[in-house]
Amino acid sequence: MHEIRWHGRGGQGAVTSAKVLADAAFRSGFAGVTSQPSFGAERRGAPITASTRLADEPLRVLSQVSEPDIIVVLDESLLDVANATAGMKAGGTVIVNSPKAPSEFALRDDLRVVTSDVIGAAEAANLIVGGQPMVSTAILGAFARATGLVTMESVEAAIAHAFHGSAAAKNIEAARIAFDCTRA
Amino acid sequence: MAPETSVMTGNEAAATAARLARVQVIAAYPITPQSPVVEQLAAWVESGELPAEFVAVESEHSAMTVCIGAATVGARTFTATSANGLAYMFEQVWWAPGARLPIVMCIANRAMAAPWNVLNDQQDSMSVRDAGWVQLYCRNNQEILDTTVQAYLIAEKLHLPVMVCYDGFLLSHTMMPVSVPDAEQIDGFLPPFTDPWTIVDPGDPRNIGPVTLADPRNDTEGVAAPGYMEIRALHHRALLEALAVIPAVDSAYHDAVGRSWGGLVWEHLLEDADVVLVAAGSLAMQLTLTAEALREEGIKVGVLGIRAYRPFPIEALRERLVGRSVALVFDKALSYGYEGPICSDLRGCLLGVEGAPPVFGAVCGLGGRDVSLEQLADAARGAVADAAAGMRTRETDWINLHLEG
Repeated sequence: MHEIRWHGRGGQGAVTSAKVLADAAFRSGFAGVTSQPSFGAERRGAPITASTRLADEPLRVLSQVSEPDIIVVLDESLLDVANATAGMKAGGTVIVNSPKAPSEFALRDDLRVVTSDVIGAAEAANLIVGGQPMVSTAILGAFARATGLVTMESVEAAIAHAFHGSAAAKNIEAARIAFDCTRA
Repeated sequence: MAPETSVMTGNEAAATAARLARVQVIAAYPITPQSPVVEQLAAWVESGELPAEFVAVESEHSAMTVCIGAATVGARTFTATSANGLAYMFEQVWWAPGARLPIVMCIANRAMAAPWNVLNDQQDSMSVRDAGWVQLYCRNNQEILDTTVQAYLIAEKLHLPVMVCYDGFLLSHTMMPVSVPDAEQIDGFLPPFTDPWTIVDPGDPRNIGPVTLADPRNDTEGVAAPGYMEIRALHHRALLEALAVIPAVDSAYHDAVGRSWGGLVWEHLLEDADVVLVAAGSLAMQLTLTAEALREEGIKVGVLGIRAYRPFPIEALRERLVGRSVALVFDKALSYGYEGPICSDLRGCLLGVEGAPPVFGAVCGLGGRDVSLEQLADAARGAVADAAAGMRTRETDWINLHLEG
């Protein structure tokens, strides 16, 4: 089983990311997938988390992920502010939305850091809503590249299922760009 | 079209079931964590995908009132609510079963205020267990879809309303794969509801819901009519009849769709178990992992899941529990001043039965408190030790409670 925890700020779309990833993972062949928001009242800008589990068998556990194999950080400030790596398993992967190189992050020695300029990818795809580049789907390109757990085909199919028309096309384009600019 | 599997939340599964059941009237008022159910249904009504009447109301009391009116004239009706919404509906929650109307209501289980809390426990539906509805509890999103469809057939066969209960957030907001039957499969399983007694016909006027006095007496046409107590006895008899109808409907669903859920109760690793963990809903699903983990320690643990809480499946529970060393019931609700409701009911139904195990109770998960597999395993180990020490009864165990400090 792969346990994934999402870290974002209210309004960034981490819950959407978790949902679309669950769909993409199911399409990639995982029989057991769950995605859930952290339960409670969310506020725009406040640190939030979401949990995703991927397994070959149907899942029976519904607790929030507390010892993740992978964390996905939509806002790099959360690495400090929200202690995003707390509880991570040794050898775990940290995927950060950042234009920086992985070596610029001083995290635990037993963690692998992968970065992707997801904001840049969203801007390049003109995926802007209300003046803000949207990172919630583009980050899935980075996830596919960093982990190999889901294929880009399944990510694109899941995005097309969640969005329609030109919105789907822009989100897919952003995810492709984020895939290409992922650095390990 | 073949069945398609999609990844969806429990709320989406409930809405999908209502659509497949071809509901004709939906009335609801939003409340977390139920709201997405009726938001989805409203969207389908708006787009024309669901040819139903969506009645936006100003309260849950009115939502149930609209369902009562619509069901009285023969419409297939649906509503959903949670916690304080259910409490606000309370008067009509009693009217619907008393009037023997086949309404289906989903409950996304949530804690009762005060204090305010939108998170999961089962206090809301447990608080209306005595109102005369059939109550079914689901363990995952697939079961929510399948049970909500089944609920219509149960309701319409028995003239009883059915509550389909599922854990708020834990299921209502968690996405997981759900196989959606195609419309033809469901149409074959659930024919349109045509009940002559519930159709209002101006050519055959009836007085619906008259005052009914204590004793039987002749009606306006001189025909002997039951009193209040006879009507209630018939209502109770219908609930008891549901003990046979619920498994039969589950079995018919299996024939139509290929899935069934155990009818009244379900079990996991129970056959040779000494220790039986009992619960309703998603917690019982998590307990299957606890049982597997404890078996690796050499403790023979099984799980008995309660799917039908009303009617209470007395015989099904007795035959599965006689001869065990201990039963430990996990309740996500409490009868304040006593103990968990499932625990009380289970102990009552085993009282005086030869070979019945002691029944211990644990309360957990109130107001969304997380329950880890390790905490569940600790509680089970404690019950095993207490039973081995000869205890036949003990105080309710509160799991993951932090009163000190």
